[in-house]
Amino acid sequence: MAMVSAREWREIPGRYNLIGSKCENCGKIFFPSRSFCPDCRRAGMGKMVPFNMSRKGEVYSFSINHDASGFNNRMMPYAVAMIKNDDGVLIAGQLVDVEFDKIQIGMRVKAVMRKLNEDGEAGVIHYGFKFVPDE
Amino acid sequence: MKMREVAVIGAGSTKFGELWGQSFRALGLEAGMKAMASANLAGDEIDAIYIGNMSSRLTKQQHIDALVADYTGMAGKHIASTSIEAGGASGGVAFRQGVMAVASGMHDVVIVGGAEKMTDLDDDSVNEVMNATTDADWEAGMGLSLTSLYAMIARRMVHEGLATREEIAACAYNSHFHGQFNKDAQFRKEIKLDTVLRAGPTAEPLTMFDGAPISDGASAVILCPLEDAKKYTDNYVKVAATAQASDTLALFQRKSITEFEATKVAAQQAYAAAGITAKDINVAEVHDDYTVAGCMALQDLGLYKNGGKAFLEGCTKFDAGKIAVNTSGGLKAKGYPIGAAGVSQIVELYQQLTNNAGDRQVKDAKYGLAQSVGGTGSAVTVSILEAM
Repeated sequence: MAMVSAREWREIPGRYNLIGSKCENCGKIFFPSRSFCPDCRRAGMGKMVPFNMSRKGEVYSFSINHDASGFNNRMMPYAVAMIKNDDGVLIAGQLVDVEFDKIQIGMRVKAVMRKLNEDGEAGVIHYGFKFVPDE
Repeated sequence: MKMREVAVIGAGSTKFGELWGQSFRALGLEAGMKAMASANLAGDEIDAIYIGNMSSRLTKQQHIDALVADYTGMAGKHIASTSIEAGGASGGVAFRQGVMAVASGMHDVVIVGGAEKMTDLDDDSVNEVMNATTDADWEAGMGLSLTSLYAMIARRMVHEGLATREEIAACAYNSHFHGQFNKDAQFRKEIKLDTVLRAGPTAEPLTMFDGAPISDGASAVILCPLEDAKKYTDNYVKVAATAQASDTLALFQRKSITEFEATKVAAQQAYAAAGITAKDINVAEVHDDYTVAGCMALQDLGLYKNGGKAFLEGCTKFDAGKIAVNTSGGLKAKGYPIGAAGVSQIVELYQQLTNNAGDRQVKDAKYGLAQSVGGTGSAVTVSILEAM
């Protein structure tokens, strides 16, 4: 099912530039951005500010995806990972420009902007971050 | 407020599998009729329906509450019918809603159903249904499938020394071992551990045999106040507890991905409400949509310290004399019609606790536990049934 372009467009700060949010009440950092701190709740109302996430981090866990039909069919199989970035926040994304057997937990990576997917031949093209080895 | 005690007085399931010849409505009706027959009901006694279902958005038939009421002959009586979607926990949540309705006194005799018609969808759509239980913007939308999330859990379990790959795979072995005794199961064949390890990869390190299949099927149970149960049948069990807990939608928002806190919280609440501990459980049905999920469940529920090891060593078999797990064949071998899964667990426990489980009967089973999970532990129900 194709996404309406507004759904894509309003997430651009997070998807292109890894803009998360920081709660000025408790100091916690969140990605993706939230307008409401789940820890402070009412006490943190209006205190969430945009936060530039570190684009570097290390692989926390990963998988090679062989069966995600409808997504990225031309790139199958492809690697996905959870990255613990240098702010200590877990972020999920694809891992590219690396041979599968070289991927390890703890490996240093950085975020780059890539094409994620497309809604058919005439639909929206989705861009966003993926991770590559940081040598 | 004083709550009434609730009993399960009847239960029934269709066969699970690729049932090309049967429609969603036919499956729902069959399960409902079997449950009503087992409770000796004519149908007029029922005053509410709760139904768990997950894929109706993609099968282009929403509003299945009305459909089910209509095709089970209840629409003419205009009784309340409610459908519930909570990812893989849809059936478990529907059961809890039914229990709450009877316990509160709002309804007296309730039928809780779960039904799913997965083979009406093509493969892409089935994956879309499964992946839609993750965070659609930040997991599925970034290219992560539900399977790959569980694969990352499995890899992390091995990395942290919490399980070996063989122990994780043993969950599927246990389910298939039990599946051979369940005539309604999709797969009735024992497998070797190697079958799991050597099957084609879905999301590494998981293979085809680490995941539950795509299935059609429906299950239903009948509830009434415990004090009225004897009016209908001698075969009834008490609902000793039903608890539900939530967690973040996305797996990566958690402090740990090798345990599901929602399972732990729901389990603690359920044990406390039933006045028992994990040691008192004789038979458990846990949500093994992926092998690694089954292993985590045993640990998070406190049933076994190392879930995978318990599967590998055969502690979980129906006749091992310990806590028997997934005697129905689990989701892996019995089949996984998503919305029906949580209700089918109650059906199995009902049969075990009324001593009607045939070749896979757990001896002297008094307490049964069912755990139903949505997404990657984002919604969990834990229910405890007690033999009477």
